[in-house]
Amino acid sequence: MQVSMTVNGQQRTDEVEPRTLLAHHLRDNLGLTATNIGCDSTSCGACTVIVDGLTVKSCTVLALQAEGSQVTTLEGLSTDGELHPVQAAFRSEHGLQCGFCTSGMVMAAVGVLADNPTPTDREVREGLEGNLCRCTGYHNIVRAVLKAAESGPAAGQVPGAQQEVSA
Amino acid sequence: MIPSPFEYVRVSTVDEAVAALAEHGEDAKILAGGHSLLPIMKLRLAVPSVLIDISGVPELSYVRVEGDEVAIGATTRHHELEKSEVAQAEVPLLPHVASRVGDPQVRHKGTLGGTVAHCDPASDLPTALLALGATVVVQGPSGRRSIPITEFFLGFFETAMEEGELVVELRVPRTGSAGWAYEKFTRRENDWPIVAAAAVHLPDGSTGVALANMGGVVLRASAVEAALAEGKSIEEAAELATEGTSPSSDMHADAEYRSHLARLLTRRALKVAAGETEASTAESTAA
Repeated sequence: MQVSMTVNGQQRTDEVEPRTLLAHHLRDNLGLTATNIGCDSTSCGACTVIVDGLTVKSCTVLALQAEGSQVTTLEGLSTDGELHPVQAAFRSEHGLQCGFCTSGMVMAAVGVLADNPTPTDREVREGLEGNLCRCTGYHNIVRAVLKAAESGPAAGQVPGAQQEVSA
Repeated sequence: MIPSPFEYVRVSTVDEAVAALAEHGEDAKILAGGHSLLPIMKLRLAVPSVLIDISGVPELSYVRVEGDEVAIGATTRHHELEKSEVAQAEVPLLPHVASRVGDPQVRHKGTLGGTVAHCDPASDLPTALLALGATVVVQGPSGRRSIPITEFFLGFFETAMEEGELVVELRVPRTGSAGWAYEKFTRRENDWPIVAAAAVHLPDGSTGVALANMGGVVLRASAVEAALAEGKSIEEAAELATEGTSPSSDMHADAEYRSHLARLLTRRALKVAAGETEASTAESTAA
């Protein structure tokens, strides 16, 4: 079946099998391999992307369910070589160890900050409950999200998308 | 993991969904948020040949007051219920329980009708709906009918829906500022409950109490409700929480421990609903 969606600001129309998962469509058909597949069972959050302003786990969404949607992956966060505030904060606070969970963690963090631009440490931890870091590097991840919050509303927005991200 | 091949049909009205179900028969499944269905399809535990996607049916997404009840459309997502000002004012148990389902990403996709139709005994929102004495409105080839939720959950993944029917609406009483509580015990915040208890003071003066994961379906704690109606104390009533239950033993808890949790969480929920204690938080829930 044909599926059309706007991915990182670009209109994409492709032919997919109905059973194609959004994570596979992004990675295998569109070559956007920042989106990792970890547990493949809606638990770990490594495959988190933003669809129409909401974070979702793309291993549990059919590509066809994103028909007509605005999809943002990690590749779409930076603009003109400038890191998104959340990316920059993960870098400055060393919010990663092995890096596998990072793309999902960053996308989920954008969602957390969209919902609550000035979260407490506790609220960041609760907001990231759907994302697992198997290195257990949560302290620096939480520190990075709090740091990103200091840069204001831009930390909770995705470039190009007309709508703000909401929780 | 990839599901077996299937045909995908997108519908934009309930009538189209009913027609598609009639056309494709028992091999067709309704897809809404997909957060119960797609995981079991990826494991090939479910192998439908047709998926009928109702997530884009505008007439199925709403939370509104209708007379003495709040009516909620079947494709209302958990995060929409969580944020609904109508739900927060009229039936605050439901948005609270919606906020305890899974994690933010799951709540962005999962739907109220989906979790009811899926009929998992460990589901949060069906437990709350059972305590509230909700009505499930289904639609099929012969039109709409209303099923009391006490008659809806028949067994493990088995509901009172006939072939060709889908859930279109949930109706619950307006409880307003009356007391309510949801006490959920999990090892990790985003898990299914090992056991959970919902309690709510209903407009008719009774108290609704329901339990998650104490049998093959979510269960109404009828013995507890009856004891409270007879004027028994919360402590006495909560001791009856395991009557009529058949808890399983698994890697999370054995049946004896689940029974202990059912009595404990029922007592806590009743006390919170009565305003006698504060609700448990994720940190204080250690039982």
